[in-house]
Order: sequence, then C-alpha cells, then structure tokens
Amino acid sequence: MFDYAPAPESRSIVDLAPSYGLFIDGAFGEGKDTFKTINPATEEVLTEVALAGPADVDRAVAAANRAYRKWSALPGAERAKYLFRIARIIQERARELAVLETLDNGKPIKESRDVDLPLVAAHFFYYAGWADKLQYAGFGPDPRPIGVAGQVIPWNFPLLMLAWKIAPALATGNTVVLKPAETTPLSALFFADVCRQADLPPGVVNIVTGAGETGRYLVEHPDVHKVAFTGSTEVGRQIARSVAGTGKTVTLELGGKAANIVFDDAPIDQAVEGIVNGIFFNQGHVCCAGSRLLVQESIAEELLSSLKRRMATLRVGDPLDKNTDVGAINSAAQLARITELSVIGAAEGAERWSPACELPDRGFWFAPTIFTGVTQAHRIAREEIFGPVLSVLTFRTPAEAIEKANNTPYGLSAGIWSDKGSRILAVADQLRAGVVWANTFNKFDPTSPFGGYKESGYGREGGRHGLEAYLA
Amino acid sequence: MPKHHKTPVVVADPPRLAVRKTYKLFIGGKFPRSESGRTSLLDGDNVALASRKDGRDAVVAARAAQPKWAGVTAYNRGQVLYRVAEMIEARRAEFTALGVEPAEVDAAIDRWVWYAGWSDKIAQVVGGVNPVAGPFFNISAPEPTGVVGVVAPPSLLGLVSVLAPAIVTGNTVVLIASKAQVAITLAEVLATSDVPGGVVNILTGRAAEIAPWLASHDDVNALDLTGVDDAGLAIELERSAAGTLKRVLRRPVGGADFAADPGLRPMTALLETKTVWHPKGF
Amino acid sequence: MTVTASSSLSGLPDSTAHLRTFLHGLPGVDKVGVEARAAALGTRSVKTTAKARAIDLAIRMVDLTTLEGADTPGKVRALSAKALRPDPADPSCPSVAAICVYPAMVPVAASVLAGSGVHLASVATAFPSGQAPLEVKIADTQDAVAGGADEIDMVISRGAFLSGDYTHVFNEIVEIKHACGPAHLKVILETGELGTYDNVRRASWLAMLAGADFIKTSTGKVPVAATLPVTLVMLEAVRDFRAVSGRQVGVKPAGGIRTTKDAIKYLVLINETVGDDWLDPDWFRFGASSLLNDLLMQRTKLATGHYAGPDYFTLD
Repeated sequence: MFDYAPAPESRSIVDLAPSYGLFIDGAFGEGKDTFKTINPATEEVLTEVALAGPADVDRAVAAANRAYRKWSALPGAERAKYLFRIARIIQERARELAVLETLDNGKPIKESRDVDLPLVAAHFFYYAGWADKLQYAGFGPDPRPIGVAGQVIPWNFPLLMLAWKIAPALATGNTVVLKPAETTPLSALFFADVCRQADLPPGVVNIVTGAGETGRYLVEHPDVHKVAFTGSTEVGRQIARSVAGTGKTVTLELGGKAANIVFDDAPIDQAVEGIVNGIFFNQGHVCCAGSRLLVQESIAEELLSSLKRRMATLRVGDPLDKNTDVGAINSAAQLARITELSVIGAAEGAERWSPACELPDRGFWFAPTIFTGVTQAHRIAREEIFGPVLSVLTFRTPAEAIEKANNTPYGLSAGIWSDKGSRILAVADQLRAGVVWANTFNKFDPTSPFGGYKESGYGREGGRHGLEAYLA
Repeated sequence: MPKHHKTPVVVADPPRLAVRKTYKLFIGGKFPRSESGRTSLLDGDNVALASRKDGRDAVVAARAAQPKWAGVTAYNRGQVLYRVAEMIEARRAEFTALGVEPAEVDAAIDRWVWYAGWSDKIAQVVGGVNPVAGPFFNISAPEPTGVVGVVAPPSLLGLVSVLAPAIVTGNTVVLIASKAQVAITLAEVLATSDVPGGVVNILTGRAAEIAPWLASHDDVNALDLTGVDDAGLAIELERSAAGTLKRVLRRPVGGADFAADPGLRPMTALLETKTVWHPKGF
Repeated sequence: MTVTASSSLSGLPDSTAHLRTFLHGLPGVDKVGVEARAAALGTRSVKTTAKARAIDLAIRMVDLTTLEGADTPGKVRALSAKALRPDPADPSCPSVAAICVYPAMVPVAASVLAGSGVHLASVATAFPSGQAPLEVKIADTQDAVAGGADEIDMVISRGAFLSGDYTHVFNEIVEIKHACGPAHLKVILETGELGTYDNVRRASWLAMLAGADFIKTSTGKVPVAATLPVTLVMLEAVRDFRAVSGRQVGVKPAGGIRTTKDAIKYLVLINETVGDDWLDPDWFRFGASSLLNDLLMQRTKLATGHYAGPDYFTLD
C-alpha cells in the first residue's frame, strides 16, 4: 500500500486567545471560575474558558429576556437578513471554524471541513428563509415565538448542533441562551464572534460555557420558556422530569442503538461503505450511528470479510491530517466508557476484531472495532457505546430483522440495504425509528426532519417540522 | 279436562319492570367487570371501578391491537370513524337520557365526523417530500406514536375530542373516564361500529388511582392529561412519564375549550415523524 | 464455454446458458453510493514524497496513445521515441508502459520499441465501433500480432451486450483471445455506452470469464470515457473475480485522464480498493496521451521546486 505522506491542515488559521469569558448581552465578560479545554488528539491545553455559575446564567437569561421584546417584534424579513449574514460569515470563516472544531473535538478535518461546516452554513441559510414566511408554515395564521430558549448541546458535532438549535430559534423570533458541551466549548465562542460580526442585537444569542451543573441550572431557570436538549437519554429524562408543571416546552434529541439491516440482495460494496460510514463516521460519536449491524445469515460471512478488508484501509490518527478517516475519541471519560463496554462485550462471549492499526501515544484513541457473534442479549447490542464499535448480529427473514431492529427502547434511526424496492418500503414502514436510511446512511440536510421515537426523544429538528418547537 | 278448576282472577297488567344496564369496563372489545370486583355508586348505578390491574390488561389489549389498526388503510380508518358518528347519531337518545344536552350530542357527532375525515389527509398536511441538497428521495410521513393513555374529561364532547384524534391517527387508547355512564355508552357505540377490539379501552374509575400506573408503564408511549383536574396529579404524572420519555399532552392552561376549533395539535402530538432517505440513480 | 472445473465449483457459470443467470445474479451497484465513494477517495491529499512516487508510477503505467485517422509513420515514430524517454532532459524519468496505435502503425512502432521493454499495444477488432464480422476482427487481430503487437485492445459488441446476447459477446472474446496467441488481451467495455453501473459490473465479469487479461473502460471515441466510479466498479470486479477464480485481471481506464491530479486519484482508488497487487504497470494502465506531459511537468516541479511550463516538454 503506498503511503500518503503526512498532509496536515495548517492550524495557524485559528487564533486562540489564552482565555475566553462568557458571551452575554453582546459582550465577552469574565467568569469567576474557569476550566481548561484540551485537544483530545494530543491532550495539549488549547485555552481556558469560563465556568458559568448560577449568577452568570441569571445574567444571560435576563439579557435574553430583555432582547426578546425587540427581537420578537422585528419584522421576519429583518430577522432573516441577520441569519443570512450569519450564514455568509460562517461560509467565509469555514476553514478556520473547521480547524477549530477538529482541534477541540478530535474529529478528522476531512469531516469538519466537508460535513460539519457546510451543514452549519446550510442550516442558517435554510431557517433564514423561514423567518418571514412563518404564517405559511402550517402552524396557524399567526404563529408566535415562545420566549427565551435554553439550549444545551453535546460534544459530538458542537457547531452543527449549535446551528440546529439557534437557527430555528432565531428565525421564529425567540432569543437564546446556549450552553456548549464541557469538552467542546470553543466553536460556540467563535460563533459568538460571528454574531458580533453580523451586528446581531445584544442578548439575542448568549453563550454560557460550563459543565452539567451549568446546563441543569439553565434548563431549570424559571425565566426560560423553551428547552432544547441534545445528549444522553439519562439527562433527557431528568430534563423531562424537571419541566413538569412549569409550562416550558421541550424538545429532546437523545440516544440511539440503530439497526443497520443488510439483506442478501444488497448492493454489497455500497452496503460495506454504508456500514463503515454508519459506525466509524465521527469515531462513532453519533447518536444515530448504525451500531447494530443486522446481516442476513446467508451472506454474513462474505459481508464480514468485505467489511474487515475495508476496515483495514481506515486511517486512524492525527485529526488535522487531511487523509485521516478516524480521529480521536473526544475525552478520557468517553474512552473509558467505550473501553469498558468493549471489555464487557468480549467477556460476554462476543468475538472482537480490529484491524492492525498504530495508535498515537498521546491523546485518546480507540481502534475501529467489530464484535461478531453478538445476540440481542449482549449489553453491547443494547447499550449505546457512542464509539467506533460495531455489534454484528444475523437474521434469517425480513420479519425477524424488523423484530430485532425494533427490540430496543431507542428509536432514532435505522438502515436498510436491499435492491428490492417493495422490500425497502415495507421494512421502512415497520421500523420504529425517526430516520430511516435506505441504501445510504448518516445523511443530513437542513430540510430533512430529524428526531426519534420512544426513548430517543421527541420533537423534530430540521425542515418545516423544526419550526414547531419554537412556535406557540 | 279436570272438572274443578279455578276461574282466573282478572287483574290490571303490572307496570313492566325495566331491564337495567350494567356499566362495566370496556377492554379488548369486551365488557368485563373490574378484576378487583369493585363498583362504585354513581348516579344510582353500580358502575365498575377499575383497578391498576384492569389498567395493565387494557394496555395489553391496546398494544395487541395497535399494529393492525395502524396498518389499516387510511381510507378504511376514516370509514370506521364515520360509522362511529352514525352510531352516535342513532343512539343520541341514550346520551340525552343520561343528561347530555342535545346540542352537545350534535357537537360531539360533528366533531367525530370532522376527525373521521382527517384519516387520509393528515399525512399530506404534515408530511411530504423534503428538497434535500443531493441525489436522494427524502420523504417525511407521520406515524402513530403507539399506545396512548388518556385521562378523559367528563363531558361527551370532551371525551370525543380526546378520543377521536388519538385513534384516527392509528394509535390505540387506554382511556380513564370519570363519568362512567356516558363513557360506557360511547363504548357500546364503538363496540357496535367497526372499531376493532382493543383499539379503544375504557376504564371507569379514579384517575388518581389508575393514571400513575399508565404514566409509569413501559409499554405506554404517550399520555394525554387533558382531563386531569388536579394540578398536583398532573405534575406527578408528567414526571413519571419522563421515565420512558412518553409524549405528554398537558392540561390546557385555563381549562379546555372543546367548542373551539381543535386545530392539528391533538393529532400531531400523538404522531411521530418518520423520514426516509433513498438514493436516486440508474 | 471453457472454464476450469475448480472455478465452476466456486460458483462461476459452467456454460453459456448460465451466463445470463450468473451476470444478473451479481450484486447491484448503487449509483449514488459508488459515486460518493469515488468522490471521497478523490479528496485524498497526496503530497511531497508520496506524490513523487505516485508520479513515477503513473508514468510507468501510461499506454501512450495515438488513435487518429491522421496518424502517420512520422508521428508514431516520434511518439514511440517519447515513450522510451519521456523527459530527454532527465534520464531518471522512467519509460511509459506501452505505445497504443492502430494495426497499420504497429510495424512502425515496433521498429522503434524493439527490445526496449516498452510494450506495443494495438487496438483491433474494428475499433472503435466493433461493428464488423468476426472473421474481419480475427484477421485484424492476427495482423496486429504479426506486426509486433504484444497487447491487443479489443472492443466488445455493445449492441450485442445491450440486446442481452451475452453468449455472442462471450464467444467473440474467446475467439479474439485465441487469435491473440501470446499477446495480452485488453477488452474495452466502452462503459460510456453501457448506461448503468450494473452493466459495467456485468460486462466486466463477462469479459473476465471469457479470458480477458485486462478490462478497459473506453475507446476514447465516445463522449463519456473513463470516470473514477466506473473504474471503481471495475476494480471491485477484478478483485472479486480473483477471489473466486484465482486469476488476476488488469484494469485500464482510458480517455479523459489528462492531469496528474486525475491520475493520482486513480492510484488512490487502487490503493484503497484492491491494494498493492494492482499498483503495478502489469495490472493497471492509463490509456492517455496528454496526461504524460502533465505528469512530466509536475515531476519537474517537485524536483526543481518551481512550476514548469509546457514549452519545456516535447509535443509529440
């Protein structure tokens, strides 16, 4: 195999300050406490950010409430123009933001550059256009904003999740206090700078950095009217509990354990790509990851050998290298969880396999891994691992595939691979999942609603559907 | 012929003794008594008083009926609902005899007809093709959430206003009714229409006793709290429902106005959006 | 049809009667998926030392081609000289793999290339349409081989293939292979006329089953020539064919590959699909003409550190 020489993207495009405060009411302030954010690929400290406490969150929520009066009264066409500005600035600063995202998150630059950032800009463009057309969106003749949205986002797609939250909130006339994840606060802070560049009125977007406590304080704040959360099912449950009796509306986008079903008539080479993309995209840090491969027994052996051959070509390493396919695990804690569940998988009798791959000495790394001989009774077939670990199960008939696919408390996504149209449509009909990818996987688009059934959460983000959560 | 027989005494016909209706539960298309054997005296009737185990049985019946009901064609589901409206009309005297105002019966029938018509339209209104930036066919369509636990308001109009949107969308229902006679009369309507057994299950009894078991039940997908009259209970139920992240329809702020246009919300709150992607290429 | 007993055991068709069943039983190709995969591999960044190695390998894989009505002995002699020494100023520059010409020009090229190690390929079989009787195609082939060609690039009858007459196509390839004698046979599928990737996969298997040593995308004479996804499908076919038959077949994209950047994308494709075994001029060729000068310019740029200009490279 011919070696590609290292092709690192330059990080000089990102100018990091030694520390960052909270972005409240249009200005960066100081935080009393701070915490460090690191590059998970090297464990190098990137910078320090403020740890927002209750008083900080109070100030941010107050600023958002003050800004709400004017922002919600602004003609939709004017709000639209702010969002279009933001979208354009993101496009112009895309390379910088992609490199930043890769530094703070550990994802390959190939993905932050070709997937995250284009989708972020597209999301703002899409919702910008809605701002002055809300009366045609099907939510009544005079849809009204709700107020202040408290938004808490995860670390797997930091800027993209921010876009999914902020773009529809602003388009509909709400104001926002957003808390990025503890391990990936930087792109949200750079987004604050984008808002400043766009002359967005102070207080419309406020960014409070911190950990779980900051997020809890934000969603439980009495002057927050709408809560949007993406993250674990466990925290989602707590939020659903905490808003009972408050009048706050909530949307939750939570965990998943998606089945990726491969039938014996599948376009096999594309199915292999889809399996790889389904579980190794973004190191498997994807709520909708195809983490359970259900393969028809008659082709299981052939498919697995193709899959292993393909996995051997995955390039794991420096996320800034343009040829890296699988980057760093986002944090030591996440690495520990992936490691723990993998040990359990092996202990429970599943057969573990990884291609030979050299992992860097420093940073958090986990080789792409598959487990074969997995049954529905294995923990690795039931629990979300949120890492590059695939559990392989087999089935005999379409009915059995559907039954196994649905046999989970989750219901976020699913995949189907078959060349037979009627089979695809019938299986898609019966899968209890909010997104079904047939002969493709992990595709996203601002026009396409995304969200789960059952314990994967409620509400939809994206498309016309995504407006509903932000309209009274 | 015997010689000595008594001459019959001629007396006036006695007033006919009415055959009273027994108000039992409605589970799986049948009318069982409460497994607890309990009844409560309500307006002179000993009506069945449902227990948590009746709730459990009703969820089993609702779950069993759900896939088939969701799989019925939308056209057919509309027909079945329209038939229900016909049967309410035919039995309107039974409802007025229970004290329901004729105008409310009219409104209930009209509401039911309105919802019947939604069966094959809601998907077009809330679903459709999404113009994604790529060579993919991408379509979003609503699907039923599954089994819905409903705490129903006491009035007939309130009852149909929570029941019809839940089932026209392909869900099955376990409904707790405080006004047993009206609810069970409606159950009789459903039983004599073409609604499959288990699609609607009605438990007459106390929300405070049964609803918590539905809220915490792992096999219930959504909870409609419209008819909960106790704010504390509503909060407790919503918290409990968070355990499996059930969809919750809260009590309307300031009480429900069933005379108003319901809008789409009673249906969309019990629908999931499924989005399907497929590549386009020769 | 003659296939070995061992290959028929491994699931290959054992008579032409089974060809259709077999070819239509191959897994489908999803257009969007294969194009996305090819595009993704096209974003690989190959720089510095890796690029230098890739450029030399690409030069060694070029079938330097002239297939014009206006070809003359003078033109073919010049091109053959260039094949031997692509960069007269730099003796470290490797020779190309082969010269590819019409049968009439074979003796001319042979006189220049004799003993050099650079192969001599000739298109035959009523190139480019393939619309001639079999006897004519056989004679065309035999002429080229007799004139010194050690590689024959034949075209399949697309009309027969598209009408479902797989047996006809199969038998023609078998006959031409026979007529080739010791010469290697490259079978041109003319993928731009096949319409679907499914057909590309079927035609690839059909050609390999009939004895092709190489499968080649295009004549260069129809609007759509080689593309990355088509080549990806063909690479998957040769990979899978070797897995069941044990026989390795080469791949030659031809037409439309003009820049170093393009050529490197193909090398990446091989690298990550079929691997090392095909990263060799014996198993992969570029059918091209203008590509060579771009490779030479890029090679010079890497060596000198400044951009090269076309006036400094020979036009032949």
